[in-house]
Amino acid sequence: MSSVTELRPRTPAETRLLQLAEAQGENENVRRPAIEALRREGLPTRRVEAWHYTDLRQLMGKRLGEESAIEALRESGETVLEPFLHGSSIVDLGTSEGSHLPKGVSVAKSDERSDWKVTPNRLDRSIDTIRALNSAFGANSSAITVEAGAAPDHAIELRPGVGLSGHAHTRVSLGAKAKATFVERLDGNAQGAPSTGVTELHLGEGSEVLWIVDQEKGLDAVHLGQLHVRLEADSLFRLFVLNAGGGLVRYEVHTDVVGEGADIQMRGVNLIRDGQHIDVTTTLNHTVPNTTATETFRNVVTGGHGVFQGIIKVARGAQKTDAKLACNSLLLSDEGDFSAKPELEIFADDVVCGHGATAGEIDADHLFYLMSRGIPADKARALLIKAFVTEVVEELEDEALQYVLEARIDDWLSANG
Amino acid sequence: MLEIKNLHARVAEEGTEILRGVDLTVKDGEIAAIMGPNGSGKSTLSYILAGREDYEVTEGDILYNGESILEMDPAERAASGIFLAFQYPLEIPGVATMTFLKTALNAQRKARGEDELTTPEFMRRVKSSAADLQINPDMLKRPLNVGFSGGEKKRAEILQMALLEPKLCVMDETDSGLDIDALKIVADGVNALRSAERSFLVITHYQRLLDYIVPDTVHVLYKGRIIKTGDKDLALKLENEGYSQIIDEAA
Repeated sequence: MSSVTELRPRTPAETRLLQLAEAQGENENVRRPAIEALRREGLPTRRVEAWHYTDLRQLMGKRLGEESAIEALRESGETVLEPFLHGSSIVDLGTSEGSHLPKGVSVAKSDERSDWKVTPNRLDRSIDTIRALNSAFGANSSAITVEAGAAPDHAIELRPGVGLSGHAHTRVSLGAKAKATFVERLDGNAQGAPSTGVTELHLGEGSEVLWIVDQEKGLDAVHLGQLHVRLEADSLFRLFVLNAGGGLVRYEVHTDVVGEGADIQMRGVNLIRDGQHIDVTTTLNHTVPNTTATETFRNVVTGGHGVFQGIIKVARGAQKTDAKLACNSLLLSDEGDFSAKPELEIFADDVVCGHGATAGEIDADHLFYLMSRGIPADKARALLIKAFVTEVVEELEDEALQYVLEARIDDWLSANG
Repeated sequence: MLEIKNLHARVAEEGTEILRGVDLTVKDGEIAAIMGPNGSGKSTLSYILAGREDYEVTEGDILYNGESILEMDPAERAASGIFLAFQYPLEIPGVATMTFLKTALNAQRKARGEDELTTPEFMRRVKSSAADLQINPDMLKRPLNVGFSGGEKKRAEILQMALLEPKLCVMDETDSGLDIDALKIVADGVNALRSAERSFLVITHYQRLLDYIVPDTVHVLYKGRIIKTGDKDLALKLENEGYSQIIDEAA
């Protein structure tokens, strides 16, 4: 411990996190250096640009009460969940066990840990906050492999453990020309304990992944997740994030495009109500020529706070990059707010890149048009809110998946719209 | 059917007075044409009838079947049988056309205490009306009005009108942006809906539309007031002579 640490008093959130990390029984040797790093560096302050809009010290302090007994967290029971998509194989990230895995897909326990000295978000500190917490909490580590050429018919659903075991480190590798759908299921809630997830996703040449994040945690849950994607030549990474729950949630997606011809399609819907703080932070990092990316997030805010940070980075020499990102927010109440920070950082001169963020209310002309056909005001509003988010869902093309996502969005809107 | 009495209205936000004492009566089954130069208040009148909140009625009243509608919101007016065919129908991405049609139709039926239509019955009606208006069924699979041409949008408005079976149809420059073939299709659609119980308020710049939708009465709106009323010959006279003579006479 350096003397520098003591210059800044520890916040209640930091004290509680260290207490929880120390309470973990396993992986002592792996956890120790991460715990010491956290002890030394603490949580990021608002002066750390990557965390400016999400002040963990303050936001976590409110949510990690000391009253929740560690013993109770150890005993948090299993929840019985239907798979998000019918027929999916389930992988338990708490134990690295898979059930009914399709041919060409394997899961094994691993001793890899999140390397917090790797910071895919360039605006973070010298340590990566989410990775450090993930290691400090002794995340169970799994390695999932999809063999070259394999193309399972059904999705593979990834479920983190519960209670104190809600920390997963996962490496997912796809061989050349493999094609798979993954559902990262962030559900359930252990009151008083945060959960973290760090995933390293590697797409081999010509492979395709559809990655769905379904985050519907309880309104007092804290979750910090990071998905780090590496794309080889001609690979396709499609992402859909649904945030429809959680108290304090940050989901980071950082992509490194290292092979020509790779394509990224990121879509997401954030549904935010009072009491929530939902943050999506992304990096599109293009390092080679001839790669493409589109990114669209749609946010419906009836209260609480939403954050979007998205950067497109184009390295010197990454000519012919075509990348666009958009973040559109529908603000339905004065009680909620949304902070959007789209950025471009371009070092090549022959690229097409664009970014934009909008925020607004329901379009009065649209509302009048629907009402003039006899649709009552509340129903017309609901139709328009749904339409706003449906646009990005429809881009998924897979009708079964659209149906599942729309049903969840409908549930949320009817409860909160 | 409709009695507009000394109607004064202004833009709610900035207070500019647009209508300055409109008096107009439309009988059951009547087709009344409203003509007038740009800026005379024609579109404003149509929006106020439909209940748009951007305008504020400061004096006078609108009676529909003897009852004032000023306190009713647009959805309530629609359910009671008032329909506005928009000059510029809106594109609404993300709202499927069929979902919209069904929601609107059933919301109106519900408001009137009628049973909702079954899906097969609804589909049958849509297909039949779409065929009459030469609307390609593929168009109806798109989001509401999205990617429709100007003529397709106008036909889609008439399709909505045919399905919703209103009592009072207000048509705001339905002829604008239509070529002659599309104009005939739209006019045929309107004429097919003519009945002794249904009235039309046809707002237009040009006499051309009135060759196809023949009005019973023609009213000239100028600076927010009706300055002349006549029969269909008045429209022809305006076409030949322009508005200036009538405006001079009124002054």
